[in-house]
Amino acid sequence: MARALISVPAKAGRGEIIAIKALISHHMETGFRHSTTGQLIARDIITSFVCRYNGEEIFRADLFPATAANPFISFYTRATESGTIVFEWTGDNGFAATEQAAISVE
Amino acid sequence: MSEDFSSVTRRRLLKAAAALTVGTGARQIIRPAGATPATMQTAIRTVVGESRINNGKVTLDIPPLVENGNTVACSVAVDSPMTPADYVKAIHIFNEKNPQPNVIGVYLGPRAGRAKFSTRIRLADTQKVMAIAELSDGSFWSDSVDVVITLGACLEDS
Amino acid sequence: MKAPRPLRAKTIVMVTLAVVASPIAAGEIPADQRRSSYDVMSHETQAMQDDDASNPGMLWVLDGEALWHLKTGTADKACTDCHGEASASMKGIATRYPAFDAERGRALDLTQRINLCRNEHQNATSLPYESKELLALTAYVARLSRGLPIADPAADERLGASIEAGRQTFNRRQGQLNLTCAQCHDDNWNKQLAGNPVTQGQVTGYPLYRLEWQGIGSLQRRMRNCMIGMRAEPFEYGAPELVDLELFMKWRSRGLRIETPAVRP
Repeated sequence: MARALISVPAKAGRGEIIAIKALISHHMETGFRHSTTGQLIARDIITSFVCRYNGEEIFRADLFPATAANPFISFYTRATESGTIVFEWTGDNGFAATEQAAISVE
Repeated sequence: MSEDFSSVTRRRLLKAAAALTVGTGARQIIRPAGATPATMQTAIRTVVGESRINNGKVTLDIPPLVENGNTVACSVAVDSPMTPADYVKAIHIFNEKNPQPNVIGVYLGPRAGRAKFSTRIRLADTQKVMAIAELSDGSFWSDSVDVVITLGACLEDS
Repeated sequence: MKAPRPLRAKTIVMVTLAVVASPIAAGEIPADQRRSSYDVMSHETQAMQDDDASNPGMLWVLDGEALWHLKTGTADKACTDCHGEASASMKGIATRYPAFDAERGRALDLTQRINLCRNEHQNATSLPYESKELLALTAYVARLSRGLPIADPAADERLGASIEAGRQTFNRRQGQLNLTCAQCHDDNWNKQLAGNPVTQGQVTGYPLYRLEWQGIGSLQRRMRNCMIGMRAEPFEYGAPELVDLELFMKWRSRGLRIETPAVRP
């Protein structure tokens, strides 16, 4: 599976707004480049990123070739309860990756 | 028009050499006549429909001068209380001159707490980038930035 | 015609003193002005490097950590089996590479050392230069020296010939553009070339994440890029000339602190 790096605070106060960062390794081949022999290199990108907090979607992104390689996204959410935050990336050629992080909320 | 063999070959070689010089500068990327300001407008209308796009509430943060168009730090913040009654539903980023006008589309809800996200994008050339936010009341708000892209001097060719 | 005035004795003495007392050759950057190219990067690039949670180079470092613990080769051994936890055993290593290898009688860089370990102790094949795995292991090991000053390779006399060979390459005109490395990196640093700052070429951050590559790469790759940029035939990966040049670059950067994995345009 592709290497991913997730940053979620381990602990948060109830209702506190927390910052979440997600970085994943992927070359994000645009589909607009040509090889040295002139052939078009096929697109191969991550197309979707979804984050769920105890099963409920809290953030979603549609990615395009204009997203830089090794996509990085940071966003915010309210820490509502303890549990698991799950990150899912899907893309071309059946690409799929999942990571999760636990969070403890007082 | 008749041409002797040597002049045809020489013209081809000169053309090839010129292409090579241009190609070397642009590496392998041959940029198709893709996005234009008009294409960006069409892509925006696909998302926004006929609604009016207001200026304000949105801050698109991109450095005006960028060291490398491959990876440009970019963040968008929208002034919103993010309550169930009043929140940002989506933020879309568009560009003028990449092969495609869409950059990213982000979907939020009141749980987000803050309507702000950061990412890294690719910009093929010096151009205008625009962020459009859709609010829960169906209104659209936008901000845009003109970005200048520079390219490193010593590029590898392979 | 008037006879030319002879140089005053005082002037001659002052000039001689200046030449003799200076520990560095003409054209080299004065010791107190040497700095990492981090200083001339944009705020955004610096921010990308500073935050381990968003530095793309860290993806390779994490892969390297996994590889460090992975049993491999017909000997079925992991790096840990000899070296234990890298956080203890590998700290400081990157400040001292390239290092002299007594058995081979010459300087070897970190990637070559890693491959030798694989060959001799893990009975595993060498990882290709610039392969994901080799970069990951090198980045992982080098990062463990982050913040530590690069050691002066000249302290090991056996490296003298290599350093000198690297210096010769650095100061030699190359390629169709007929440039020396020194002309940009010693003489014109902090000026701009085609919109990007010309850096001093300090090598504190390797392997580093280059935005241009959209991936991590070694110092050898970067130097080959420079040679291609000068329209010179680049040395092959692992060539002694390239290792000698790497060693000279490390000497140039002696005392500056490691910042692997750096982020650069």
